[in-house]
Amino acid sequence: MLRQLEGSRAVAMAVAACRPQVVCAYPITPQTHIVEGVGEMVKSGELAGCEFINVESEFAAMSVAIGASAAGSRAYTATSSQGLLFMIEAVYNAGGLGLPVVMTLANRAIGAPINIWNDHSDAMAVRDAGWVMLFAESNQEATDLHIQAFRLAEDLSLPVMVNMDGFVLTHATERIDVPTQEQVDAFLPPFEPRQVLDPADPVTIGALVGPEAFTEVRFLAHAKQIQAIGHIREVADEFAEAFGRRAGGLVNTYRAEDADVVVVALGSILGTIKDVADQMRERGTKVGVVGITSFRPFPLDALHEAIGDARRVVVIERAFSIGFGGVLSTDVALAIADGRARISTVVAGLGGRAVPEAAIAGVIEDAVAGRLEALRFVDLDRGVVERELARMAGDRHSGPSAENVLRDLRAVASRSV
Amino acid sequence: MTATQKVKFYQVGSFAVGNRLLDADQRTVQSDVSRHNTITSGHRACQGCGEALGARYVLDAAMRVTGGKLVAVNATGCLEVFTTPYPESSWQLPWVHSLFGNAAAVATGVAAALKAQGRDDIRVLAQAGDGGTVDIGFGCLSGMFERNDDVLFVCYDNQAYMNTGVQRSGATPAAARTATTEAVGPEPGNPFGQGKDMAALAMAHGIGYVATATVSDLHDLEAKVERAMDFHGARYLHVLVPCPLGWGSNSADTIRVARLATESGLFPVYEAEYGTVTAASPIRHRVPVEDYLRLQRRFRHLFDSSGAVKRPDIVAKLQQLANRNIDRFGLLTNEVA
Amino acid sequence: MVRVDIDGLENEARPQKATALFQVRFHGRGGQGVVTAAEMLSVAAFLEGRHAQAFPSFGSERAGAPVVAFCRISDAEIRTHSPIAAPDAVVVQDATLLHQVDLFAGLGADGYLLINTTHSLHELGLGELATGMRRDRLAIVPATQLALEHLGRPVPNAVLLGGLAALSGVVSLDAVVGAIKERFSGPLADGNAAAAAAAYRIVAEQQEEVASHASPA
Repeated sequence: MLRQLEGSRAVAMAVAACRPQVVCAYPITPQTHIVEGVGEMVKSGELAGCEFINVESEFAAMSVAIGASAAGSRAYTATSSQGLLFMIEAVYNAGGLGLPVVMTLANRAIGAPINIWNDHSDAMAVRDAGWVMLFAESNQEATDLHIQAFRLAEDLSLPVMVNMDGFVLTHATERIDVPTQEQVDAFLPPFEPRQVLDPADPVTIGALVGPEAFTEVRFLAHAKQIQAIGHIREVADEFAEAFGRRAGGLVNTYRAEDADVVVVALGSILGTIKDVADQMRERGTKVGVVGITSFRPFPLDALHEAIGDARRVVVIERAFSIGFGGVLSTDVALAIADGRARISTVVAGLGGRAVPEAAIAGVIEDAVAGRLEALRFVDLDRGVVERELARMAGDRHSGPSAENVLRDLRAVASRSV
Repeated sequence: MTATQKVKFYQVGSFAVGNRLLDADQRTVQSDVSRHNTITSGHRACQGCGEALGARYVLDAAMRVTGGKLVAVNATGCLEVFTTPYPESSWQLPWVHSLFGNAAAVATGVAAALKAQGRDDIRVLAQAGDGGTVDIGFGCLSGMFERNDDVLFVCYDNQAYMNTGVQRSGATPAAARTATTEAVGPEPGNPFGQGKDMAALAMAHGIGYVATATVSDLHDLEAKVERAMDFHGARYLHVLVPCPLGWGSNSADTIRVARLATESGLFPVYEAEYGTVTAASPIRHRVPVEDYLRLQRRFRHLFDSSGAVKRPDIVAKLQQLANRNIDRFGLLTNEVA
Repeated sequence: MVRVDIDGLENEARPQKATALFQVRFHGRGGQGVVTAAEMLSVAAFLEGRHAQAFPSFGSERAGAPVVAFCRISDAEIRTHSPIAAPDAVVVQDATLLHQVDLFAGLGADGYLLINTTHSLHELGLGELATGMRRDRLAIVPATQLALEHLGRPVPNAVLLGGLAALSGVVSLDAVVGAIKERFSGPLADGNAAAAAAAYRIVAEQQEEVASHASPA
């Protein structure tokens, strides 16, 4: 059903239609509207048979979800950034135990310095925790991915994280086709747990595993994720047939078949990149776009195929590995390791900084002209950085860097774009 | 002609569990051949482990009163480790171990799931050591109390982080030696003025049932578990469980040491409902605190080699703590000669 | 779609119908419903079967601080979510922001400008700016006054949408009223709808006056 509504609200409705039995969350910007939406539906009775728990921390949120899932109930929570880190022990725990919890990660930068705006550093922090991690390009896809997520999680007995850009998607109001309860019921059967706490058939969940077996148990988690690669594709195909539109899958390509230069990215920035690709195609540059939807498991083969014969690959990342460079691009590099294409990491949009079309077009042009270095920070104010480095070199008591930079920029609260 | 000797209850209740001199309804769960053996034999606890003893009693009592409809959520700690050495498990009920600090939250989740499934006849018991309760588990525990989730939380208090090598916790008593509060310097052992009174903190949340117990009165322990299960909502049981290894006591003295803790007044045994104390176990035979301390090498720095008190100042302060408990809970109303 | 007969404006033809991408930027202060304005405009476009995207410039909740919100409207699916650097229209809900915040950044000479004020553009110190723009694309509306009059609250956001409809034709007044009725109920909905219609009339009149002064082509 077509609706004009906030992304968070659409996600809340999709989650509710999946009939979760336990929903818990702790507030953190910018995920709040999602769980508020679900909470309201529980309180009003619109979502029946669901326990909504207001927990005292994100660590508790994931823990409650673990308990609920282990006891055989469909469980859901949502968080961002600092909240994700606060629950990280439990995130790994859910991954290791193979509990099919679904969580929305409204991507937000991790501090210090504290920053509430969108980037992907939070997702990158948990990429090895054994969760399936999907990235939504649009609010429509975010809505659809949550439905697929519960299916995937329960089919595979793995937790699934749906990533959607905080504020950019969560707080955008747009036209979304919200699936009906009937459609979702037809797609998502009731939860049948692989392992469950039941007095009728007692099991021990969460035992100690020593050196003699740990490797094998961890490898099984890896094997499940490799299996997931095929299953993610299948579920996406099934979804397309049932709902009449594409969402999810491993990668999504746009005009990449004959591209000379391919731009790879995660999340909502892909929409802007596609607009730029169209403009540049009109001017004669053969640009293609590859969006990675399934970040974990990482679709090496699908990506390799999507990039094809392109000579240049530009990975635009909203995160980076301090002291090293790109995160996503390191994974992408593995997909094109046979050396035909040259890869560049473009770090952009950290901490919610806008990435204008002109900036994207600029790096693509530079890539085509062979001027794009291996690692570029788009729109970095080098002057500011150099001045602070000089301060630090000249004075042992130079003070907090962040404050110095803000003072240097004379940053004003009202500046938004 | 010999006088009739009145059989004192404590002579048969705990020392001789299941003694056939008792009526059937006064016997402990443990004496029943049809007990669940929730923690079955073969676990790896130390000889004389107070926690193994306490947990066995608690779980079997809980299983009896719930007809076996129980799920246990366990925090990381000695109990979790010695009952689940891969690939074996001692547990004969559905049992889950997640993390160190989240037993209460996981239990909340289990209870919520069962409620959502319409199966809340199945009860939930969460358990942790003192570290997993008063320190790292405190946030989740307080949250569970505040929401009044239907969970019985049991803390097995051996007063330090034992599984990791006897480090101090927020439940370590004053003057006790641990690896992080060594018995050196002018104030040896754990400092005075620290530590959480977890039972009082539980009471402050206003939850329906809070009780303390020890492994020296196992019948009382079982009764409190069963009483707790009469309530729905958040409940808390704090059980003192001596640890021979960490306390430096003889493995044969576990029950005796626990008794001395109560008889000295250092560990008051009581029940409370909705924040108000409803009953306290009187001290039957009061002892000075040093009788309790002397049996434990974690307090050895207070005595000299002949067993005489070498630090009367510290012992006096500990005696003051005991006296305060005795006054506060009225523990000497029925002093037995 | 909700049809509301307000003083015979029901079937008013739109001055211009925009089909390509149309981008609007709203300026105001926290608590004035700036974000809601952008959302309602997007709903209005939705009710007319078009694609629309509305989003705020994001920050912590704080009343009184300058707030910016955006709305994109298009016949085609809107893929991008990047901020709007070059709006086609700027709506200023709070004239005290003038000379404090750069309200006109990116607004071209062909842009639309709607300001909530009882003063003239000249009195606001915008005379020079106005000469550089198309006179038929500038308008002022005493939206706060209209809001007080029709709903008893000084919230001008829905009111200004009526003015924007008349000024740019990007949505019809009907659609604006429809969006209002979806967002509000009861007297609040009726009051906002009436005020929006009044704003529409005021701007339409301003445009008639500009047209009558313009020399015939």
